Amino acid sequence: MLSRTADNLYWLARYMERADFLARAIQASRRLAALPKAYGGEETEWESVLLSSGAALAFETSGRPVDEANVIEFLTFAPENPGSIRNCLEQARANARAVRTALTIEMWESINDAYLEMRALESRGVVPCAQELARFLEVIKQTSLTYDGGAYRTMLRNDAYWFSRVGLFIERADNTARLLDVKYHVLLPEKEIVGGSLDYFQWSAILRAVSAHTAYHWVYRTSMKPWLVADLLILRPEMPRSLISCYESIVRNLDNLARAHGRQGSSQRHARGVYGKLEKLNMESVFQGGLHEFVQSFITENNRLAALISEQYLF
Amino acid sequence: MRIRIRHETTYRYAEPPRTAVQHLRLSPRNHDGQHVVDWRIDVDRDCRLVQSEDAFGNTLHRFSVDGPIESISTVVEGEVTTFDMTGVVSGAVERFPPILYMRETPLTTPSAAIGDFARETTSKESGTLAKLHALLGAIHESLTFDAAATHSATTAAECFEHRKGVCQDFSHLFIACARGIGAPARYVSGYFLSSDGDDQVAGHAWAEAYVEDLGWVGFDPTHGVAPQENHVRVAVALDYLGAAPIRGAHSGGAGETLDVKVRVARAAAFSQSQSQSQSQ
Amino acid sequence: MDSRITQFDELAGADGRTRAPYRKLSQWLAETPPELLASRREQAELLFRRIGITFAVYGAQEATERLIPFDILPRILARSEWATLEKGLIQRVAALNAFLADIYGAGEILRAGIVPADLVYRNPAYCPDMAGRRVPYDIYVHIAGVDIVRTDDQGFFVLEDNARTPSGVSYMLENREVMMRLFPELFALHRVAPIENYPDELLATLRSVAPPRANGDPTIVLMTPGQYNSAFYEHSFLADKLGVELVEGRDLFVRDDVVYMRTTEGPRRVDVIYRRIDDDFLDPLCFRPDSALGVAGLMGAYQAGNVTLANAVGAGAADDKAMYTYMPDIIRFYLGEAPLLQNVPTFRCREAEALTYVLDHLDELVVKEVNGSGGYGMLVGPHAAKAQIEEFRAKLKAHPQNFIAQPTLALSTCPIAMANGVAPRHVDLRPFVLQGANGARVVPGGLTRVAMTEKSLVVNSSQGGGTKDTWVIDDAWVGEEPMGQA
Repeated sequence: MLSRTADNLYWLARYMERADFLARAIQASRRLAALPKAYGGEETEWESVLLSSGAALAFETSGRPVDEANVIEFLTFAPENPGSIRNCLEQARANARAVRTALTIEMWESINDAYLEMRALESRGVVPCAQELARFLEVIKQTSLTYDGGAYRTMLRNDAYWFSRVGLFIERADNTARLLDVKYHVLLPEKEIVGGSLDYFQWSAILRAVSAHTAYHWVYRTSMKPWLVADLLILRPEMPRSLISCYESIVRNLDNLARAHGRQGSSQRHARGVYGKLEKLNMESVFQGGLHEFVQSFITENNRLAALISEQYLF
Repeated sequence: MRIRIRHETTYRYAEPPRTAVQHLRLSPRNHDGQHVVDWRIDVDRDCRLVQSEDAFGNTLHRFSVDGPIESISTVVEGEVTTFDMTGVVSGAVERFPPILYMRETPLTTPSAAIGDFARETTSKESGTLAKLHALLGAIHESLTFDAAATHSATTAAECFEHRKGVCQDFSHLFIACARGIGAPARYVSGYFLSSDGDDQVAGHAWAEAYVEDLGWVGFDPTHGVAPQENHVRVAVALDYLGAAPIRGAHSGGAGETLDVKVRVARAAAFSQSQSQSQSQ
Repeated sequence: MDSRITQFDELAGADGRTRAPYRKLSQWLAETPPELLASRREQAELLFRRIGITFAVYGAQEATERLIPFDILPRILARSEWATLEKGLIQRVAALNAFLADIYGAGEILRAGIVPADLVYRNPAYCPDMAGRRVPYDIYVHIAGVDIVRTDDQGFFVLEDNARTPSGVSYMLENREVMMRLFPELFALHRVAPIENYPDELLATLRSVAPPRANGDPTIVLMTPGQYNSAFYEHSFLADKLGVELVEGRDLFVRDDVVYMRTTEGPRRVDVIYRRIDDDFLDPLCFRPDSALGVAGLMGAYQAGNVTLANAVGAGAADDKAMYTYMPDIIRFYLGEAPLLQNVPTFRCREAEALTYVLDHLDELVVKEVNGSGGYGMLVGPHAAKAQIEEFRAKLKAHPQNFIAQPTLALSTCPIAMANGVAPRHVDLRPFVLQGANGARVVPGGLTRVAMTEKSLVVNSSQGGGTKDTWVIDDAWVGEEPMGQA
């Protein structure tokens, strides 16, 4: 397949995943910020959303004050924020359009419909009200589901599918890692916790951002414990947004590519290396070495994989 | 006159490209006014140099190289014997009827101002040759040579607006004017033996126009003369782009810098000056 | 309607009696409630929007993508009508190819004084780099779109030859698909010649002109300027139907005169490029140096015979509007046959006598720029404001050689479905002619373009024109029932 096509599919998947993550993160933070201060509802919540979505610098440049309305608008619709949901969607559609024929009609329609909806909203030229915003975030989550389901149900299992899956899981791993990185201080083992159980709502917001609130209880069958939240997001293979689960999928899809092409390269080796490390890991050693340090190094390794893939396949 | 030429072109890249392709029009051909005694091309990269003839009958060499490419250096060197033909070019390879050289190109499209200039300059003259000579003199007079004023994509119209340029711009303006008064005209790239014999930073360029009964006649508006013994003709085309000594493209990479060294000297003096420069 | 123009409607005929090919459609229309038509129109709109057929319009910032209006009523030709047209089209394209091989080769037609040499050599579309080169099988125009109009029951006129990168074939194919979904009952009534084999025919044509070293299994690609090109949808549609890669310039590179594409499995050799990008942008080393859309070194590979470009570089020298006026002579010169399709009578403004006439009759004529396209540089005399006529008069006087003029043709009309019923609108037809080493072929029909505004003669999609499905149906009524009974 054309390298550019692979590149488009890969980035299409990444942008869709990113838009979905942003929508979830905004919704979770809204919920948290709406709580009374005594329950952990603090203005700093919006700063951490900016951080975990990688938009902090761009926001600062915009010179706007940090408050709920500003941050949400910036993350959702702002054309000047390269990482806003609107721009992710636009990028996703541009990539989709370039490889229109490599997609099934269902996938194209899911993206195109969301795009048209967004354009309709924008064309009115007024800032959407809270209700419209909430609806739009739902549309994005829906679109991501339809797109994903469309890909899963309708795409041929060939390199087009594998490249798009690799993109999705690299992005997902990155998002989960960033979320952990911003929130690591509330996830430290109990003895180090300063603020006590006030962090409860923080933990639950993290889980909501990765739609794992219910999953947590099914997996652990116990009340919310911060280190278990970290465990769920890093090491539990049954949790689809955990780092290890992402890497299990990345390794599988890269292996499929290698098998189809009859040769493997540095990206396969690197991905297996990262996966192998995660498999041997337990939470004790993660906390010993420092959660923050662990997440930082994971983000670096994940970026390295993206670079290797682009070197090996995408020119 | 026996003229020896050495022309070295080096492209360097701050960020090495993945691949590069170049087209070289660096090899003179024989005509009644010049005889190529010896000539060779060296490219300092492993590549296959393919020789062919381009649309206008110029010798074209093409090559492609794989990266990472830090630099590409091309050296041509050789000796040409020239004869004074008082500007008339005969016995050259001609692939098209003169009418083709009436085509306008983006670099030579005449502006209204150029049209007026050409008409006013030539209104008192009768006969194509006399009109062309009037243009030659007028362009030489009205333009100032200024290497900083223009670049390789400057059009005749832009040059005429500022009345400044290099030999390429002088030639484009002459071509635009000549075609404007109905004379087919073309661009010539080549070398010029200057009286001071110093190293040059570029080759030379002039123009040729077609005159019934005479054929193609050379005009060097930069020097205000007809090309004589000290002009070595390498390539002709509708404009600079078609006759450019080197046209290249690269993918990936950035920060290209270009370094050109041209030495044109009488064959007898050439080796001497070279040994001097080596001993420095 | 303009009083000077006698209207020929393809349904109603000159005398108002329904013409035979339209009899069943006409009857069906009479029996169909308007609400049904309205709902089918809505469905059609929805179908097109969902599939994503959009057309980028130059200059329209807000609506960079919009749908080309589609009319749900088919335009119908009888097989006997089509047979004449088909022969004429194939003849025309054979002559275009012979002409191009000649002007890039021996130049006999110029020496014979049939076409003025300056018209060829000074034509911007003439490519000096192609002179003295051969192309495989001497085929320059592999895909031609010939614009056809009719004014009465009898003949067809050629309005324009498109020998470069004619577009619109995807609309022809999609229109048919949509029609078959919307109106199964109409297809059951008529025996409509299929067109769905066009991609297969195109592929066979492209394969037939591959360089010999492809050994009968060439790698073919479709080259697009990219997704911001107005015809990008068509490029991606065709690549998909052909089963070939849709490439941009940056996907290709040339090494030692061989073209490769970058794939996830490494470089892959390319043998045939169906390019939908203009000559000027193909190779920055030969043409526009600032082109980022092309491939450096492509022309070298082409001239070395290692890759075939379709259509050939420089093919535009044959479809110039000035050259058009010589087409009947060109056909006679190379084929020794009388032209089967007529030219629209045309004044060459470069000729003094013609210019005088044109300047005197500007309000009756259509004046076209010889190198313009898409209806931008055009004056439709009878519908033009005084100021516009004067503007063209000045242009004509300054550069007469840049213009041709034609009488305002009474273009035929076809019914279109409107919100409030059915109304006639002017149409033209662009059939697509394929010419390979394996022969010439035309799928029956083509793209019917329709001026959606009343009285408008401009059918170009860039100017708001729409399209229709075009049916070639068997002349089944012959012998079945007497003509004109309905």
